[in-house]
Amino acid sequence: MAVSREQIQTQRYLKDLDPRFLDVLLGCADEIYCEAGDCLFQLGGKAEAFYLLKQGVIALEIHSAQRGTITIQTLRSGDLVGWSWLFPPHKWHFDAHVLETAELIRFDARAFLAACEADHEMGYQMQQRFARIMLDRLQFTRLQLLDIYGTGPR
Amino acid sequence: MAPGRAEMSAQDPMLPQVSHLQQRQQENHNTFSFVCPSPLPAFAPGQFSMLYVFGVGEVPISISGSPLQPELQTFTVREVGQVTRALARLPEGTALGLRGPYGSAWPLDQARGQDLLIVAGGLGLAPVRPVIYSVLAERERYGRVWLLHGNRHPRELFYKAELEQWAAESQLDLRLIVDSADRSWRGQVGVITDLLRELADDRDFAPERSLAMICGPELMMHFSALRLLEMGLTPARIFVSLERNMQCALGFCGHCQYGPHFICKDGPVFAWPDVAGLLALKEV
Repeated sequence: MAVSREQIQTQRYLKDLDPRFLDVLLGCADEIYCEAGDCLFQLGGKAEAFYLLKQGVIALEIHSAQRGTITIQTLRSGDLVGWSWLFPPHKWHFDAHVLETAELIRFDARAFLAACEADHEMGYQMQQRFARIMLDRLQFTRLQLLDIYGTGPR
Repeated sequence: MAPGRAEMSAQDPMLPQVSHLQQRQQENHNTFSFVCPSPLPAFAPGQFSMLYVFGVGEVPISISGSPLQPELQTFTVREVGQVTRALARLPEGTALGLRGPYGSAWPLDQARGQDLLIVAGGLGLAPVRPVIYSVLAERERYGRVWLLHGNRHPRELFYKAELEQWAAESQLDLRLIVDSADRSWRGQVGVITDLLRELADDRDFAPERSLAMICGPELMMHFSALRLLEMGLTPARIFVSLERNMQCALGFCGHCQYGPHFICKDGPVFAWPDVAGLLALKEV
């Protein structure tokens, strides 16, 4: 199914994107559906796409022998999923497990990276936006690390 | 004639009045609630009382019950020190000393006619629960009401039945988030500022008609307030509840001095502009 401009430009990190760059993103996009219980991607797998979650809930998880599967963050409608595609070795750092049936826009990361290489202005604009996502996630992660509610065993 | 105990208490604000611990309920592994029939004046949401465990000591505890039932004072307590650990081991019926209620209250008058954003982290849900009871009792006098609650782990959530009830009755928009969870948790995982970021995308959220009450660990309140300012709330529309070592609760002893304020009598509820500059100071 064709992806519309509106679906992309309403995302909080992609607002006010230059229409030319939006067209490039649209050219790399298609829609996918995942059922609850599906795995969108797995730790160590090739990171060749990123996603805009239109609907549903996705959990980023990691597995530990001592603690089992730990959810470190849940992502909801409007969230962008994945940035491991940006940097070598282009492998996912976590599992993405679908908790509620999800509608996503999938962006072909390799095609998009090639377009960014060809147009450094677009590459810069997109790096700025993904840097903002990473900054937000870093701040959230720091708060999690502070364990601000903690007084007893986790 | 020598004055009776109640008359003495009216004359001497340091003299506790006797009540008894009732309806003890374990909330999570280290947090419990109980009720005391109140010999004290009615309280306003946000105020606290001094609880005296005879022979052990006195602690300030926020009142977490309904202000519509002034004949009772409900407390939710986490075992963190000598007095609260002793309190945790008292059987129902044990005599306790109560003084209070003390301190400033959440600005419910100012919130009427506005959208209300209640942001509670961890045990910070207890001091805002009286606000929730008050708002739900006259729901038509408020606009949209959001309760954003963050906790460490699903097993540390408390007031679970009420949270479910509030969500089911749709009288307020409840959003929960925990720092980490296993797969059995179907709700959100992240930090409370995640919930605020989501709220910023909500078409119903209008900062110019919203008032925020934030209660929880100081870092959580600090980051939440900063996020709310980014979202467009003016500083005067943000309120926080602070906590310090309160001993006399009357502004005499100075233990809870916080810059120019005494938390016990000027607080615990403060407007953000009154404390924003102090929260970043290590020396205070």
